[in-house]
Amino acid sequence: MKNPLESLQNTILLGVAITIVMALIVKYTF
Amino acid sequence: MDFLTDPYAVFLVRWFHVLSGIMWIGLLWYFNFVQIPNMPKIPDEQKPAISKVIAPAALFWFRWAALATIVFGLLQAWQLGYLGPALALGVGSKSAAHMSIGFGMWFGLIMALNVWFVIWPNQQKALGIVEVPAEDKPAAARIAMLASRTNTMLSIPMSYSMVAVHLT
Repeated sequence: MKNPLESLQNTILLGVAITIVMALIVKYTF
Repeated sequence: MDFLTDPYAVFLVRWFHVLSGIMWIGLLWYFNFVQIPNMPKIPDEQKPAISKVIAPAALFWFRWAALATIVFGLLQAWQLGYLGPALALGVGSKSAAHMSIGFGMWFGLIMALNVWFVIWPNQQKALGIVEVPAEDKPAAARIAMLASRTNTMLSIPMSYSMVAVHLT
């Protein structure tokens, strides 16, 4: 399987996905 | 050491952190949004203009800006008294703000380590700054490219957590 980071578009989508998960963790942990 | 926590020193360090951060991430995005996607479109005889001149100069400012960003960033966290709690992701202090900026700090640290210990050594091989057998160059270039892409990916949540702290 091709590494998703070979595509710039997938790189940005992954970055946005990580951001959403992180924001939810920060919002709901404490 | 009191002068280091003077409000004006806190401001100066923040400004230097932003300046060096713009230099770092600006060049990171230049590599990923401009240079890497367009290299295949450049005729072979013109490629050395990028690989021998532009890329080495960009990499110089890129890696030293990365180091400066980390130094000023850690100094800023220390000045503001949250270096430890933020690196602990707010677990001890039970603080969402510490967790938020802590995520950004860890992403930034991982990115800077990537710059110095993965991207730079492999770019030196790929660009011929250090001598390696020709057959080793494509693998080195690929590792450098993927590490650079990893940093582009991490720059998105990193910058978010840096500017989102006031929301917590």
